[in-house]
Amino acid sequence: MAKHHVNTTINGDQTEFLCDTEQTLLDCLRDELGLTGSKEGCSSGDCGACSVTVDGRLVCSCLVLGIEADGAEIGTIEGIAEDDDLHPLQKHFLKEAALQCGICTPGFIVAAKSLLEHNPDPTETEMRFWLAGNLCRCTGYDKIIKAVTSAAAEMRGE
Amino acid sequence: MTQTQFTAPTTVRSAVRCLAEGGKNPKVLAGGTDLLVQLRAGRVKPTTIVDLKKIPELKVIKTEKGGFRIGAAVAGAELNAHKAVKKAWPGLVEGLDLIGSTQIQGRASLGGNLCNGSPAADSVPALIAAAAACKIAGPKGVRHAKVESIVTGPGKTSLKKGEFIVSFFLPKRAKRSGDAYLRLIPRTEMDIAVVGAGVSLTVDAKGVCTDARVSLGAVAPKPLLVKAGAKALIGTTVDDDALEALAAAASAACNPIDDKRGTIEYRTKVAGVLAKRAALIALDRAKGK
Amino acid sequence: MGKEEKQFDELSPNVQANGYRVVGTRPVRPDGIEKVTGKANFGADCELPGMLTGVVVRSPHAHAKILSIDTTRAMKLKGVKAVVTSADFPEIGPKQRGAGEAPVSFRDMSRNVMARDKALYDGHTVAAVAATTPAIAEKAASLIEVKYKVLPYVLDAREAMKSKAPVLHKDVFTKGVDPRPKKASNVTQRFEFGMGDIDAGFAEADVIVDHDFTAQCVHQGYIEPHACVANTTQDGMATVWCSTQGQFMVRNYCATVCGMDISKVRVLPAEIGGGFGGKTVVYLEPLAIVLSQKAGKPVKVVMNREDVFRATGPTSGGHAYCRIGAKKDGTLVAGELTMEYEAGAFAGSPVHLGCMTGFAPYVIPNSKSVGFDVVVNRPKAAAYRAPGAPVAAFAVESALDLLAKKLNMDPIALREKNAATEGTKAAYGPKFQKIGYVETLEAAKNHPHYSAPLGPNQGRGVASGFWFNIGGESSAAVHVNEDGTVEVVTANPDIGGSRASMGIMAAEVLGIDVSRVKPLITDTASSAYSALTGGSRVTFAVGQMVCVACDKVIVQLRERAAKIWDVEVDDVEWVAGSAVNRKSGKGETLSLAEIANVAGKTGGPISGQSSSDVQGAGPGFGTHICDVEVDPETGRSTVIRYTAIQDVGTAIHPSYVEGQLQGGAAQGIGWALNEEYIYDANGCLENGGFLDYRMPVASDLPMIDTVVVEVPNPNHRFGVRGVGEVPIVPPLAAVANAVSAAADVRMADLPISPPRLLAAIDGK
Repeated sequence: MAKHHVNTTINGDQTEFLCDTEQTLLDCLRDELGLTGSKEGCSSGDCGACSVTVDGRLVCSCLVLGIEADGAEIGTIEGIAEDDDLHPLQKHFLKEAALQCGICTPGFIVAAKSLLEHNPDPTETEMRFWLAGNLCRCTGYDKIIKAVTSAAAEMRGE
Repeated sequence: MTQTQFTAPTTVRSAVRCLAEGGKNPKVLAGGTDLLVQLRAGRVKPTTIVDLKKIPELKVIKTEKGGFRIGAAVAGAELNAHKAVKKAWPGLVEGLDLIGSTQIQGRASLGGNLCNGSPAADSVPALIAAAAACKIAGPKGVRHAKVESIVTGPGKTSLKKGEFIVSFFLPKRAKRSGDAYLRLIPRTEMDIAVVGAGVSLTVDAKGVCTDARVSLGAVAPKPLLVKAGAKALIGTTVDDDALEALAAAASAACNPIDDKRGTIEYRTKVAGVLAKRAALIALDRAKGK
Repeated sequence: MGKEEKQFDELSPNVQANGYRVVGTRPVRPDGIEKVTGKANFGADCELPGMLTGVVVRSPHAHAKILSIDTTRAMKLKGVKAVVTSADFPEIGPKQRGAGEAPVSFRDMSRNVMARDKALYDGHTVAAVAATTPAIAEKAASLIEVKYKVLPYVLDAREAMKSKAPVLHKDVFTKGVDPRPKKASNVTQRFEFGMGDIDAGFAEADVIVDHDFTAQCVHQGYIEPHACVANTTQDGMATVWCSTQGQFMVRNYCATVCGMDISKVRVLPAEIGGGFGGKTVVYLEPLAIVLSQKAGKPVKVVMNREDVFRATGPTSGGHAYCRIGAKKDGTLVAGELTMEYEAGAFAGSPVHLGCMTGFAPYVIPNSKSVGFDVVVNRPKAAAYRAPGAPVAAFAVESALDLLAKKLNMDPIALREKNAATEGTKAAYGPKFQKIGYVETLEAAKNHPHYSAPLGPNQGRGVASGFWFNIGGESSAAVHVNEDGTVEVVTANPDIGGSRASMGIMAAEVLGIDVSRVKPLITDTASSAYSALTGGSRVTFAVGQMVCVACDKVIVQLRERAAKIWDVEVDDVEWVAGSAVNRKSGKGETLSLAEIANVAGKTGGPISGQSSSDVQGAGPGFGTHICDVEVDPETGRSTVIRYTAIQDVGTAIHPSYVEGQLQGGAAQGIGWALNEEYIYDANGCLENGGFLDYRMPVASDLPMIDTVVVEVPNPNHRFGVRGVGEVPIVPPLAAVANAVSAAADVRMADLPISPPRLLAAIDGK
């Protein structure tokens, strides 16, 4: 069987690529499209470093087939910043030092953005459980939670 | 090297045909949260992957005969957003909601969770406790089966070649009913259940239990329907004595293994503890608290 | 959130007293934008034209003789461009060279990178293949036929020490034992540290406690798997792009393992997605180089998560027996520690470091710490944040907890009574200079956490910890650009925010705004040698070199100003980022930028470089307080409150210092509660993934409050002590002491997983 020709939208841009059935969306983003912002930490959906949105829903791109992107809208870390301006989450992650090595950061920012769309005023517990699928080994999560809290407040206009 | 085929049919009938024509090892795809992990690890080598998510019947949630019909490929996040199902069956929705992370929730389905055949599947004890039934499609047509008849052993189901689950039916909820699902995991999220307990019960106006179903996960080669557990509750006010009897019945029903997640001794003891706790939550819900 | 919120921008008393302008503030890190937008390039993000994919073939047996390897079928597969086995790597004789935090045996290292006659653990590399696509490479790997003779295996240190245990290496005769044993064994070395006479000491004791402890080997758990790309050219040059803690280390190790001159290997460090000591060695790089040489194309090799667990060095698990004797009033009179650590397949556990650090926070006139380095059929141990110290501290700090209870003494008071201070002679040798251990105990005692009430099934644990921190060979270069901005060039990968610290220190010394300083991390061909990032040394030692390089730049700036003003250089002072003319009486100034603008006319480019073997690292001490709630019916533990207190010397960038305390504490909590390696009946790893290797997730932890104590290190321009490693040392005992208090049963075996705790509670 020839490769699949996938027509999709990524961060608002019409995009096409070719892939084998067994290539995941993560493989396609990184290897076919050069969008290396989504990271491969485990390939089993346990670390969240590959987090993206598919039709607005937060998923692990390592557990979505590339072909499933056909006709769908994909959101990745590369699309979070608003042109020249960083998204409040990105700004607060920087200000509050919510990253050390930075490998988990794209996944956290995509996941946190999804959280705040779902619930603009989450409690600390709600944040921690929503983000439980994003592993961080460097920070102990403290400053990440603080950064998400600050960003959420800014986005609520406080 | 031959490549795995992929197809995304839009009707149940064409899906049945795709599976029949799908070579030696066709696999259905709903959320992919089990299939893709197995694919990546080389544990499964499908000849064809049949994506079921474009079939409307597998994605719908609707009322039916006073109960609910839920498509087998509905994602956990979608079910969690459905207020009516959540109100009638909070334990079931909780169980599905506990699978993995928010990201997994964006994809994982009731159908996939059941058919993966893990005795530890989080959505299954509550489904069994709810007396849910499956609609199954296959080469010989459509049939219905109770959820507790599907998993026959670790990784094994009673589905015949070419069959797949189309939807689940949750029966009409009697007044003053409640359900709950609890699981024991070492962390707070992300782990496979070491023990899972689902309890559904109904009480009368005086608070006496008139109906109950108790189900346990991860304590036997398949998810269990614990009839003795139900017997311990029915006719009682779910007082301490009844709960002790329930715990004993739950522990007695266990036939677990020692594995990397828990020991026989541990699972047996904790099954009793969780059955009690789940029964109390179900009771509160039944009483409208 | 945290209990008493400091103002975010508040400066510490130490910083205020010294009048620092930039040190002690919290500017946004210079490499931050790339990291929050997904543009930073990590190890697997490198793409080169014509690049092949490399896949490693690994032993499925814990211990086996390799009888033969047949690569014919793999070589025939279309798309396969190269296959390597041990035949492609030179045989290395026994040669010892110091590197990183432990002496290195290149013979062992090369046998770890590629097995020769024996596979010594499940996952040990036996071959590798490069092909045009990942799918073809995977298929080719499956076609390589390896014939094994399976041997009995051993996984536990004490089991491996028994006379009937399977012996891994025929040429290991225990060092440090007199007379030298005649029979080969699995004990590679015996270490002993101490002072005084413990028999006399224990004879004097009013109270003695002793206990046996065990801890499992745990993985550093970096989220980024090992990854590299190697590109070789026909002139024998190899260029390697990799995720590493030390580009010079990679160069050195690859050159040796591959049999090349050091100058033929150039290593470009990628951004690194976590290391914690686990990336201070090589696994894939030599394979990628030789595959690339054979294929004539660049080769990318990336580990999958399961291979990371099966085949990369965790830290050592092991056993620790601790006995402590004290007077009625709590004065310690004798301490004994005997430990056996699992080194993995080759010698080199950090047991000697455990022996040196266990009692280090205390004045104990008589102590004896003995350690055994034992090989077992597990992956070769690699460094993990304060290697060796956490397990030793687990034993000592738990024993002190038992002692405090026996004496009916507050655990902090017991530690205060015996605390090491300036002038204390440590059991491992040196006399401490100025240290801040007592200050951490003070801060712990007075912290609201310590006096907060506890509810039912809740318990509180306290523990302290020590790490030496190191200096070492370091280099830095500072170049002034024509517009007055400054490049600070170092060659140490940034694993925790060190770029920000380099920038801050340079800005402070030069007197300019931190936004005008650009810190860069460069490759082995573009910098003088610098030892790897580890040992909590970068902010201290490389930072010191940055300061010295800036000093040299300032001399040049003053010389140029002197030339412009036609005065002597001694008449020019450097103040707040400008040259000031002290001769003319009018106080003219020239800013750095103004001098830089005309540098071409006053003598050429302005630049300073400094290299040294930096001495005078300041030891670090920490004290942690942990509250745990236990569910007595299920054995589940929840950490409900945690405070990490540490003397850091001076916090150059407080946010990143706090981050180190929080990150180390989180790793220690995981080690204490849930992390372990689980092997099946064949000695093969069962839980090689993040599902069943259970690291803490966000919902497992509370906020981790930090108290940054500053007792400046007199040997650094700004008083810096290493920070990164100390925080993982106290948590094992802090958590175990808390659980033991909550459940009223001593937990001496880690991890304290629910089945273990429930069994202990039920067994009471």
